[in-house]
Amino acid sequence: MTMGIIASAADRRLLDDRHGTRAMAWVMAIMLFLTVLAAALGLATLGVAAVLDRQLAGRLTVQVVAPAESVRTREAAAALAALKRLPEVRRAVAVDPAHLAEMLRPWLGTDGADPDLPIPAMMDVDLTQASAATLARVQAVVRAAAPSARVDRQESWLGPVRSVMRMLSGMAGGLVLLMAGATAAVVILAARAGLDTHSDTIAVLHMLGSTDVQVARLFQRRIGLDTLLGGLVGMAAAIGVVLLVGVQLDALGSDLVTGLQLGVRDWVILGCLPIAFAILATLAARLAVLAALRRVL
Amino acid sequence: MANIVQFENVGLRYDTGQETLCDLSFSLSRGAFYFLTGASGAGKTSLLRLLYLSQRPTRGSIRLFGEDAVTLPRARLPGFRRRIGVVFQDFRLVPHLSAFDNIALPLRVSGVPEREVADPVREMLAWVGLSDKTDARPPTLSGGEQQRVAIARAVIGRPEILVADEPTGNVDPDMAERLLHLFDSLNRLGTTVVVATHDFHTLKRIPHAHMMRLDKGRLVDPTGSLRFPPPDTVQ
Ligand SMILES: Nc1ncnc2c1ncn2[C@@H]1O[C@H](COP(=O)(O)OP(=O)(O)OP(=O)(O)O)[C@@H](O)[C@H]1O
Ligand SMILES: [Mg+2]
Repeated sequence: MTMGIIASAADRRLLDDRHGTRAMAWVMAIMLFLTVLAAALGLATLGVAAVLDRQLAGRLTVQVVAPAESVRTREAAAALAALKRLPEVRRAVAVDPAHLAEMLRPWLGTDGADPDLPIPAMMDVDLTQASAATLARVQAVVRAAAPSARVDRQESWLGPVRSVMRMLSGMAGGLVLLMAGATAAVVILAARAGLDTHSDTIAVLHMLGSTDVQVARLFQRRIGLDTLLGGLVGMAAAIGVVLLVGVQLDALGSDLVTGLQLGVRDWVILGCLPIAFAILATLAARLAVLAALRRVL
Repeated sequence: MANIVQFENVGLRYDTGQETLCDLSFSLSRGAFYFLTGASGAGKTSLLRLLYLSQRPTRGSIRLFGEDAVTLPRARLPGFRRRIGVVFQDFRLVPHLSAFDNIALPLRVSGVPEREVADPVREMLAWVGLSDKTDARPPTLSGGEQQRVAIARAVIGRPEILVADEPTGNVDPDMAERLLHLFDSLNRLGTTVVVATHDFHTLKRIPHAHMMRLDKGRLVDPTGSLRFPPPDTVQ
């Protein structure tokens, strides 16, 4: 009996293979298919959350809401000028009122074009950094220049989207852990069934002086290898699905979708899953076999 | 250490009540040849099972290779078992392995490199007259052929003790003679041999062998010679 990871031909013959023990590989293919999908979802939503973080942190909307148009125009100009002087402000632009009216038309109807209807003057502001102190300072400066101005962090209204993304990532992570647990359970059951099937052979090996570790190695190598092979098949299928979904999303061409793309690090993590599961299966098989053998003399 | 095995007041009780073996006290000298006889059900196989460590006694002490075999930790059993060759009464061959692989098992279990396995196995196959059955699986062999594979497997590792349970039960007298000759050669090389048998013809073939007889789980030893290291010959 050899010590290596790859079983010698003689070792492989020891456990009779003819009775469909390879079903294990297919179960593992399904497990890994689901796991890789869950992990891809988790990594993608994590990516979106990160994109949102990067885009939203330090992005403000300033609205000047004075009802009289003359006041509004004057305050808006003052606020914009004040903002542009601040070193913490990287960029401050007024949103084109025509564009704003266009956006509001579905809600206001054609009346939106009525110059008498007050539409707030809006500005998009990017800060160089997103600390609370900076925010307070910007707020103070804007208020001083334009008493009717309101400063909103975009974060506060896109925040819920980010929470949903975070929750999805968490759920996906939980799913991956559950699948790992289920895989370990399947492996333990398979190892016990294998011990039953091969109990006569194992009794002979024991009487000839085999150690428990030698017997366990026969099982763990086979189960680990089945998991790896099945896992690779499952992963390939899952990656096919992920790529397909990616193509469909690309067609949407939205900003958030860019965040859904998997990065190199994400692909590496997905690629490691079958290996991680094979190692997990090997360990689970070893422990199950050793625990069962400890009960015989 | 002249005694390779020493039993002191050993008793064995299966779950079914009465003691199958009781008050066994004897010792086996290193390098001697023993026959164990007794009626069917007398407890021969049970005694041998104690000897090859597939069963612990319910009471008494057993010393094997100078160490207490009763309290031996489980982790040390494999090391002891590799020093004992066993021919089981029911052979216990691995049915899906060829005769070659069955005989090679003890070598592979002890980690003998693969390139050093083939020669001794072929030699053993020749010894037991099965060179033409190298690749045959046990279910396709006759009872006698299976028995010879079992014997080859038991002796290939040059064990210190060879324990054989009815090893000539299924073979014709000529083959029985050859097998006993094999045991005898092994014995001359220093292996202690214990053979359980009903067959009185077998007994006569090894004139220097010692006799042990079991009757209903007790050693019958009218001369008292088995209680202590036996004299040169009994019969
Ligand atoms: N595993 C067991 N559980 C319960 N009883 C057993 C067990 N093995 C043997 N026995 C009983 O112990 C007694 C002795 O059996 P054993 O097999 O040692 O006899 P034996 O001398 O080898 O007989 P034979 O010559 O027929 O092989 C028998 O009565 C048998 O029923
Ligand atoms: Mg018997």
